Amino acid sequence: MSLTYNREMLEEAREAYDRWNREVEETFEKHPERLKRFSTVSDMEIQRIYTPADVQDQDFNRDIGAPGQYPFTRGVQPTMYRGRLWTMRMFAGLGSAGDTNTRFHHLVKAGQTGLSTAFDMPTLMGYDTDSPRARGECGKCGVAIDTVRDMEDLFEGLPINRITTSMTINPPAPVIWGMYIAMAELRGIDRRKLGGTIQNDMLKEFIAQKTFMCPPKPSLRLITDTVEFGTKEVPRWNTISISGYHIREAGSTAVQELAFTLGDGIAYVEAALNRGLDVDDFAPRLSFFFNSHLDFFEETAKFRAARRMWARIMEERFHAKNQRSLWLRFHTQTAGCSLTAQQPYNNIVRTALQALAAVMGGTQSLHTNSLDEVLAIPTEEAATIALRTQQIIAEECGAANSIDPLGGSYMVEALTDRLEDEAFEIINKIDDMGGMLSAIEKNFPQQEIADAAYRYQQQIDRKEKTVVGVNKYANDEESLPVEILQIDEELERLQIERTVRIRNDRDNQKTRECLEKLEEACVEGHNVMPPIIEAAKAYATLQEMCDVFRKVFGEYRDPGIY
Amino acid sequence: MERNRRIRVMVAKPGLDGHDRGARIIARAFRDAGFEVVYSGLHQTPEEIVHAAIQEDVDMIGLSSLAGAHLYLFPAVVDSLKENDAGDIQVIGGGIIPEEDIPKLKAAGIREIFTPGSTLEDIVEWVRGNVNPKTS
Amino acid sequence: MTSTTETVDKVISGDVRAVARVIRDIDDGIPEVRDVLKALYPHTGRAYVIGVTGAPGVGKSTLVDQMIAHLRAKDKSLGILAVDPTSPFSGGAILGDRVRMQRHSMDEGVYIRSMATRGHFGGLTQSTRSAIDVLDAMGKDIIIVETVGVGQDEVDVVRSAHTTVICVIPGMGDDIQAIKAGILEVGDIFLINKADREGSDKTMSDLRLMIDMDQKKHEGGTWRPPILKAQAVFDQGVAELLDEIDKHAEYLVSVYGNLRFRSRKDKVREELSEMVKNRLIEAVMAGITGSGEFEDTVEAIVRGELDPYTASDNLILPKLALNDTG
Repeated sequence: MSLTYNREMLEEAREAYDRWNREVEETFEKHPERLKRFSTVSDMEIQRIYTPADVQDQDFNRDIGAPGQYPFTRGVQPTMYRGRLWTMRMFAGLGSAGDTNTRFHHLVKAGQTGLSTAFDMPTLMGYDTDSPRARGECGKCGVAIDTVRDMEDLFEGLPINRITTSMTINPPAPVIWGMYIAMAELRGIDRRKLGGTIQNDMLKEFIAQKTFMCPPKPSLRLITDTVEFGTKEVPRWNTISISGYHIREAGSTAVQELAFTLGDGIAYVEAALNRGLDVDDFAPRLSFFFNSHLDFFEETAKFRAARRMWARIMEERFHAKNQRSLWLRFHTQTAGCSLTAQQPYNNIVRTALQALAAVMGGTQSLHTNSLDEVLAIPTEEAATIALRTQQIIAEECGAANSIDPLGGSYMVEALTDRLEDEAFEIINKIDDMGGMLSAIEKNFPQQEIADAAYRYQQQIDRKEKTVVGVNKYANDEESLPVEILQIDEELERLQIERTVRIRNDRDNQKTRECLEKLEEACVEGHNVMPPIIEAAKAYATLQEMCDVFRKVFGEYRDPGIY
Repeated sequence: MERNRRIRVMVAKPGLDGHDRGARIIARAFRDAGFEVVYSGLHQTPEEIVHAAIQEDVDMIGLSSLAGAHLYLFPAVVDSLKENDAGDIQVIGGGIIPEEDIPKLKAAGIREIFTPGSTLEDIVEWVRGNVNPKTS
Repeated sequence: MTSTTETVDKVISGDVRAVARVIRDIDDGIPEVRDVLKALYPHTGRAYVIGVTGAPGVGKSTLVDQMIAHLRAKDKSLGILAVDPTSPFSGGAILGDRVRMQRHSMDEGVYIRSMATRGHFGGLTQSTRSAIDVLDAMGKDIIIVETVGVGQDEVDVVRSAHTTVICVIPGMGDDIQAIKAGILEVGDIFLINKADREGSDKTMSDLRLMIDMDQKKHEGGTWRPPILKAQAVFDQGVAELLDEIDKHAEYLVSVYGNLRFRSRKDKVREELSEMVKNRLIEAVMAGITGSGEFEDTVEAIVRGELDPYTASDNLILPKLALNDTG
């Protein structure tokens, strides 16, 4: 036992705060409190003040420790930002591979330290640009990738053997990763040198982001293939980014974001163990991705709770031996859903505060949204301001001078405890349902999120929650104008031409054989990654490979939970 | 004798965009306002939406797009309605739509666009004021 | 305004918009639609009607979606009515069953229509029966009516079906007791969906017991409702279900000689009493609510001036030109 606070001090504190409370109550009798209710954006009620009494049972060794020590509440690495700042990794993707490549170069020049790729809807859903389902969507919300040629253009001139690349891709993740590896090898780079992340988290697709292709069970099998392949062949790669960002964007509370994300993590670990992998072989390469939302303290506490929860889960539930298996490493993105179209320059402020919370929470990597995110793909200027936001936090305001600066704050520690407790309650519920896959089949997380989203919207409409510039401090005059990025309409036609040309010029016999090998791997249960890489080098397109998955595993359709 | 018809609307997600938070919330708001709401689900082509809307005899289709393809998809729905002799079904839209695209969409036949920040009440009131359930 | 004849011709020729509008008129209680229904009547009696009912979440829509695929492969034309509950608070409804059948929305041989229970006088039963008649007249070979089988109204609807399929999922346990009220009695076929879940064998034996005890519908007949297992989402058990429906159709023919409900006295009696009841209510209620009499009477009762028994006599009897000794 190593209680943080001694009993004597707690007694003294209790007396002092009782006195304070009486005085406060007297004042509020005459002049009521500023609001009827003080709550976070997730509607968690917040006390007037947090005191030692709120953390009186905290046990230093069990609950806090030092950075790099179990349960890692204060950080996973011992040196945290004193050794190295978080990776500044700006999510980018627009139009053609060439256009995005230009944006990548600009961001690297401006000081970002990692690459992050946004793909367009057809690519995200596993369709080529000339598919009838892709009409009107080429390049609109990210970069269009049909073949390994596009991948080559995308990373032209970038030192991918030295810089890490994150790719936000889900159902077609094995194919996109295969194209990336193929591209690197065509450049003469050894796959063992490649570092980066593929999001590759299908469970949260069924729950929240809803880019679908195959049903849950085969999706899990494909993910396990990538985990297995990465463990053996691409050891510096994070083959999965277990995500809460989208769950939060879909309208969940902070507690739900925690619970469903870690619940997904548990399901992935179980799947890999069922495959016969040793937990310590793959767990160190599991990574996470969280949202950083409006409430500064709730978010900071959430990140700390996440680290502690995962460490406990990996040790107590999965008996991992390697310390690194217990580390929850995460990327953070500031909350897109909190930004407004009205008075868009306010968004710079929102993003800054959300970024600061992520830093207070010890994120390994961070993307900051641009002010025009609500209107279109960011302009170069807007993306630069977002990057500068991170740089100012890192170098001017002292936030990164000391590790876990908010540790020990009565409020932050109390909220960390509370978020952990409430999240574990939900995880236990999911366990009772038979695990995350089961819970998804029963539409449990989807329904919870839909309910939370509706409640929140009603609170906004009733002005119980304020959105500055929208339901308060709105102005009727025109906001300061913001220039928006336009995607050239010609792009779709050019991309289609390019892809068709590639299909005609390639050795179609070879491509066909590669696709047949891929189908065989799917059916026989062999790892799909090797045949994918071969097919990519033979210029098989994204959709051609995804169609093999669709054929063998079937297609998943939206069940329409509202 | 004139009877009070109940407003019937369709809430639809055209294209590949999977962001359905807004569409689902609107569907609930419409239900709470007393409308009958047919929800299309995700990943619908304009033709699928129109075929469904005709079978369901809805008065209005509400389209939601957060992935930037509205300039193609929304007018495609309006055009498909016309081709199928159902031009009397009104179309409104919402989502991530820049101000400068709104005149283009209206010129293409979309009656109104609701950008982020519109309250549910705004949208419901617009429907009540502008959508006439079919008279026989 | 289209004339009755034009509308009728369009419906018979399969014009989707015309059919959709007629069903809307039925839903909204437009008086003129009665003429259309009268004119369509001679064209009804061909379609085979299947009722699919069960608690929310058992997978009915997914099952119907698969049934559609199988039946279309056999070249049958289909009409689907998917019924969802109206919110008692707002009067509105979210009709979401269609989502699970959307892959058929471009198939000209399938007509899918979502309906809300609405709960006004006349309610679900009559609207759905009339909608079935319209789809029948439209020329559909098979009509599937999907309802949430928890209320008496929904139980009545399945009386319009040739074959009623009751869907459950494993582990429903006490819920089966709960749905017993009328539902088990009307089932011709029982289907345990999501049969891979825990408890499916127990659910089967529980059901078997309850059905054998409770089947008044099939008393005297030789049809013993089969209990099937399925996983609709994986298209397992659907072909078997359709086979059993075929068998049931043959059984009906062997007992009644044909499949025309309206050639059977018991069915006609049922339908006529329902229609007479609804017509009466419609005719009388319109007068009472329209003139404000109803609200005035409500206020009188609230003020303590009147008891509801006397009040209702006062409202109705004069309209029927009866007195209570008559």
